[in-house]
Amino acid sequence: MFPSKFDYHRPSSVQEAVQILSDNPDAKVLAGGHSLIPVMKLRLATPSALIDIGRIDALKGISRANGSLRIGACVTYNEIANSGVVQDAAPLLAEAAGQIGDRQVRYRGTIGGNLSHADPASDLPAAALALGATLHVSGPNGSRSVSASEFFVDLMMTSLQADEILTEVEISAASAGTGSAYVKFEHPASGYALCGAAAVVTRGAGGSCTGASLCFNGVSATAVSANGVAASLVGSDLSDGAIESAVSNLSIPDAAGDMFASAGYRQELAKAIGAQALRTARDRA
Amino acid sequence: MGISIELEVNGASVSEEVEPRLLLAHLLREELGLTGTKIGCDTSQCGSCTILLDGQAVKSCTVLAVQADGSEITTIEGLANGEYHPMQQAFWDNHGLQCGFCTPGMIISCVDLLSTNPQPSEDEIRHGLEGNLCRCTGYHNIVRAVQTAAETMNG
Ligand SMILES: Cc1cc2nc3c(=O)[nH]c(=O)nc-3n(C[C@H](O)[C@H](O)[C@H](O)COP(=O)(O)OP(=O)(O)OC[C@H]3O[C@@H](n4cnc5c(N)ncnc54)[C@H](O)[C@@H]3O)c2cc1C
Ligand code: FES
Ligand code: FES
Repeated sequence: MFPSKFDYHRPSSVQEAVQILSDNPDAKVLAGGHSLIPVMKLRLATPSALIDIGRIDALKGISRANGSLRIGACVTYNEIANSGVVQDAAPLLAEAAGQIGDRQVRYRGTIGGNLSHADPASDLPAAALALGATLHVSGPNGSRSVSASEFFVDLMMTSLQADEILTEVEISAASAGTGSAYVKFEHPASGYALCGAAAVVTRGAGGSCTGASLCFNGVSATAVSANGVAASLVGSDLSDGAIESAVSNLSIPDAAGDMFASAGYRQELAKAIGAQALRTARDRA
Repeated sequence: MGISIELEVNGASVSEEVEPRLLLAHLLREELGLTGTKIGCDTSQCGSCTILLDGQAVKSCTVLAVQADGSEITTIEGLANGEYHPMQQAFWDNHGLQCGFCTPGMIISCVDLLSTNPQPSEDEIRHGLEGNLCRCTGYHNIVRAVQTAAETMNG
């Protein structure tokens, strides 16, 4: 199988990439290619041109300054999972990236591609939400920033415009007393998440919870935040019982089923692995 | 529209004029005659097309030849150096293959695994090979082969 014909561009700067993208309305950005090339081989996507951003150096850095971690859109899962800087500043992201696909996929797939593709079963959207990430985007009219909570719009749809490129993901470095965990319940054949839970909790001096977030992949069309669970944990002692009772009320309004698992099953899965993620995050805080 | 690419394949320089849609797996097999690399599923799942791209195991059915421009590639044909690579020898000695279809990609992934983790546990070996499917062996002898190769390679 091979894709239908397309023109190939390999810009060396973001400006150049944005220019080519706005000149070619039918073009697509190519990052790691591990979602785009398979759908092009199946001819489910037939872009007239590909703009390969894989060689733009400005999109490949990991840096930490003034309490904020910045990861370029073309940084691979393998680099994220093994980066000491990411493990220290955003261990949740490193843990989630290390669970994506298989070794071969992790060498090629990129954080920018994962978030832009916004597959409901992708692993990074819930981590980005739980960490309150800010996404930096460039387009013909310059740059803008979007919070992760505004970025994921619907099934495989983000707030990126057709002529925009995601350039960087910014995350506030984890503070003392914070623990996190990503727990993934995989489909045994595909390895994609039937449900993935990303939890972050912060404990105050006395040990009680001063902040929490719990987000899910795989349950509905986009990654979702379980705000109610997080709110009811704040002020608690984060005991197993407190977590159990906070999670027991979890209800994800737009839970969706498919041929692998019903909406109801995914809701129950979310409770079980959500609680597991919270307990692990607590133990690490 | 042809695009000129240059790469190093198994130590030899290669220059080709390729269509952008040419997959790396097809460049290797059809243009360069390196048919050791197999195409199994052709849908990025099975790993039989795995090669080393700048030292990292990737599925060559999911990489465009133009994306590999300027890279160094090692296929199964490039592993042996006069004698079998210790991983190839270990597959032979441990009966790590039956039909042999998955084997070139499997061996490349195993080489990649040991390059980042020279002494993996059994669990790490099994997880490390998630991207390679074998329909014959049941994996046990493949795991043994990796353990043997790890011992040989760590001297
Ligand atoms: C065998 C296999 C198993 C997998 N398992 C998992 C898994 O367990 N979990 C998981 O999360 N994913 C999984 N994936 C998908 C993988 O993570 C993809 O890499 C990811 O979905 C897309 O990232 P990419 O860099 O490969 O992007 P590409 O495939 O290059 O692009 C994907 C889409 O995003 C757009 N895009 C890419 N980068 C940008 C950017 N910077 N700005 C704007 N648009 C952009 C492209 O135009 C395209 O529409 C798997 C894939 C395979 C082949
Ligand atoms: S042929 Fe490439 S992964 Fe199966
Ligand atoms: S030996 Fe036959 S598929 Fe692995």
